[in-house]
Amino acid sequence: MGGEVVLLDFWASPFGMRARIALAEKGVKYEYREENLANKGELLLKSNPVYKKIPVLIHDGKSLSESLIIVQYIDEVWKNPPLLPEDAYERAVARFWADFADKKLYDSGTKIWKSKGEAQASAVKEFIENLKILEGALGDEPFFGGEKLGFVDVMVVPFVCWFHAYEVHGGFSVAAECPKIDAWAKRCMERESVSKALQDPEKILEFVGFLKKKYGVE
Amino acid sequence: MGSVKVHGMWACSYTQRVLVALKLKGVEFEYIEEDSSDKSPTLSLYNPIYEKVPILVHEGKAVVESVVILEYIEETWRHDPLMPENPYDRALIRFWLGPAVGSILQLSGEEQSAAIGQARESLRFIEAELTEGQFKGRKFFGGNHVGILDIVLGCGSFWLKAMEEDVEVKIYEEEAFPMFHAWVCSFEELPQVKETIPDAEKFMDYAKALRKMMLNFGNP
Repeated sequence: MGGEVVLLDFWASPFGMRARIALAEKGVKYEYREENLANKGELLLKSNPVYKKIPVLIHDGKSLSESLIIVQYIDEVWKNPPLLPEDAYERAVARFWADFADKKLYDSGTKIWKSKGEAQASAVKEFIENLKILEGALGDEPFFGGEKLGFVDVMVVPFVCWFHAYEVHGGFSVAAECPKIDAWAKRCMERESVSKALQDPEKILEFVGFLKKKYGVE
Repeated sequence: MGSVKVHGMWACSYTQRVLVALKLKGVEFEYIEEDSSDKSPTLSLYNPIYEKVPILVHEGKAVVESVVILEYIEETWRHDPLMPENPYDRALIRFWLGPAVGSILQLSGEEQSAAIGQARESLRFIEAELTEGQFKGRKFFGGNHVGILDIVLGCGSFWLKAMEEDVEVKIYEEEAFPMFHAWVCSFEELPQVKETIPDAEKFMDYAKALRKMMLNFGNP
């Protein structure tokens, strides 16, 4: 499938990482462009006027935003290996869990470092609860996609490099609370598409420190 | 093609989306009204995570979350497509399913003004796409035929109207959003919509009561 592919992204964004993993899984060559979120470039603003956010995928000059939509697009255009299952019901199940991860993981994780005291404790509880629900969905399979990395794996795995920051600020351990998720995370990291896309958890921790100062959370 | 059941709530726009989609596809189904104040065990059985309607049960398997249900309907009953064929066009439609055009009902004061501002902002973008952008010259967002975006925005528009009346603020004035207005009229004329959307007065009464209840919850 020809055509120029450009990804407007930000190094620490788990949403951007989703797109990077999907493109790598499909073996698509693309140009990665780092955006300065404090000073958004013209191309970003023009390509995503509604939300002005990364990631933005530009394929043959046509732009797309929202990571869930971008990954589905990548899956539909570059068909191998497939990320979504073939069966309509299984696809619905995968979309449900991707939506769950979108709604529940990022927000509760963010609350952990953005709050203090009781609010923070409650955010930690919520985050662990959500992770346990996902753990239940994983069951005894190696991946959410079954034998192989699939759509839900791609949607969830980027948050793994943010776990360390959540753990340090929230005072808990993902490995202790959700051992299956911990094992799954390590399994995913064995794939090059994932290990290359995810950032060093220490760098993310440092970045969260910077964000805390920026938002005045001490 | 196997039994289809929909568990829903008559005034809920998410339920209405599913009903309109099934009707447009000509799929026969059994509708079960769920009382939102007295959740039946069905909800926790089929939707343990959220315990909400709508729920589609096809051949005993439950699908939840309205947009997930709509995509499932599209992929299971492939005639009369509700989504375009081209992956880029599909992605665009999925994108426009996102911007919130209404959660104004449960807000008040400043929050409400902000939400109204946001709804208008989203409408401005949609109006621009209808006038000179991606959806230029189309009767429906899906082209000549109704599609998934029409269904989602259309069912939401009844709530917008209810909110406008209750909150006494015009959110989508015809002069400001002529293309959107024209589209709403086309959508409301569809027989499948007419038979799904509740009687206006009954709906208004319900919306008013709901809003009162929500405001009371917010103010102990």
